[in-house]
Amino acid sequence: MNAAVVPDPWVPRPHRITAVQQEAADTVSLELSGIEGPTGRFEPGQFNMLYVFGVGEIAISLSGDPDDHGRWVHTVRSVGAVSAAITRLARGDIVGVRGPFGSAWPLNQALQRDLVIVAGGLGLAPLRPAIHHVLHRRPGYRRVVILIGMRSAGEILYRAQLERWREALDIELEVTVDRPDGAWRGHVGVVPTLIGRLGLDPAHTVALVCGPEIMMRFSANALCDAGVAPANIHLSMERNMKCALGLCGRCQFGPTFICKDGPVLPLARIAGILALREV
Amino acid sequence: MAGLERIILGQPLFAGLAPAIATAVCGCARNVRFEPDQYLLREGAPADELYLIRQGAVALQIHAPGQMSRIVSTLGPGEILGVSWLLPPYRWSFDACALEPTHAIGLDARCLRDKCEADHDLGYELLKRVAGQLVRRLHASRLQMLDVYRSPVA
Repeated sequence: MNAAVVPDPWVPRPHRITAVQQEAADTVSLELSGIEGPTGRFEPGQFNMLYVFGVGEIAISLSGDPDDHGRWVHTVRSVGAVSAAITRLARGDIVGVRGPFGSAWPLNQALQRDLVIVAGGLGLAPLRPAIHHVLHRRPGYRRVVILIGMRSAGEILYRAQLERWREALDIELEVTVDRPDGAWRGHVGVVPTLIGRLGLDPAHTVALVCGPEIMMRFSANALCDAGVAPANIHLSMERNMKCALGLCGRCQFGPTFICKDGPVLPLARIAGILALREV
Repeated sequence: MAGLERIILGQPLFAGLAPAIATAVCGCARNVRFEPDQYLLREGAPADELYLIRQGAVALQIHAPGQMSRIVSTLGPGEILGVSWLLPPYRWSFDACALEPTHAIGLDARCLRDKCEADHDLGYELLKRVAGQLVRRLHASRLQMLDVYRSPVA
């Protein structure tokens, strides 16, 4: 009998792009399916290393539904050479994939509790699998609040999906923008300001936060001010990654490696170094 | 405890207020309600009543001739609308417009100012609480200016 073949984590496996969704002017979502075999399972919060042949490899969070086992979805914003190359790919193109890697959002910890999800900008992408997971299992959670901060209305990701979620009667979803245009009728201001308005039950609340690190620090402070314990506040950290296996040290964050110990880490574990510019 | 006093003390801004101070504050208060698109404040108008929002959302706006009003920020439950009542010349610097049905506690500014002058314990307690909101709002405004949603190059 042959032993199951475990993919070599160093070797990118070819995946074909089966769909491209333009999310914003500089942001796309790519659906990938495996060429050598089906895409594997992943946990909400994990990431893959995407390799554009001849250009380079970067870490990109999985942003699709974890219960949809037939494909992987990644949302990528064009900000550098590799990410720009990814956003130029088309349906039928092939990319290399290593992963999934990293820790997951602690969704079991939030069972039978209130769940507050705070996303800023592209930080909504790593949180979207968690939202899917929770909505598939909605009775397992009490109050579910999703707060989303974006730069402007034109940069709101997954707009149609957000509108559907907002219409659901059993979740609270608020979007706020920093720079409104004339037609915007929603919230204006940074997303941490929405936290103080929620009237949380802090002893029974778990919070998941992802976005630019400054936004996460302010959000974590607002959650702490509302009485939520640091052990119940989880952040998805970001550092440049190379090996994704905890070996090269490129993503070291104090005593942790973001690729291996993170990216999802409890505030209680990193609060002491979160504001240190040296790390 | 009267209904309005109970409502006021139920607001985070006034939680734990000493009974005498709570009674004094309530003496300046009334319940108000605004419909969507109804203006609560107008730039340049006398700052004679501030609002503590109980429910709903209010947009702080500023306008320029020939352009649509620009929303500076939005305020929601538990937040104070209006700080220009605190200091001379007691005139509003922004417009404020309800975005949805909004319930608030209206506080007569002159009544509050007079009571703060007459009773500095009340004045200090009130200022501490208002200052807490102002500091949070200042921090939020600074963060809003930072344009944090621009990604690092990768």
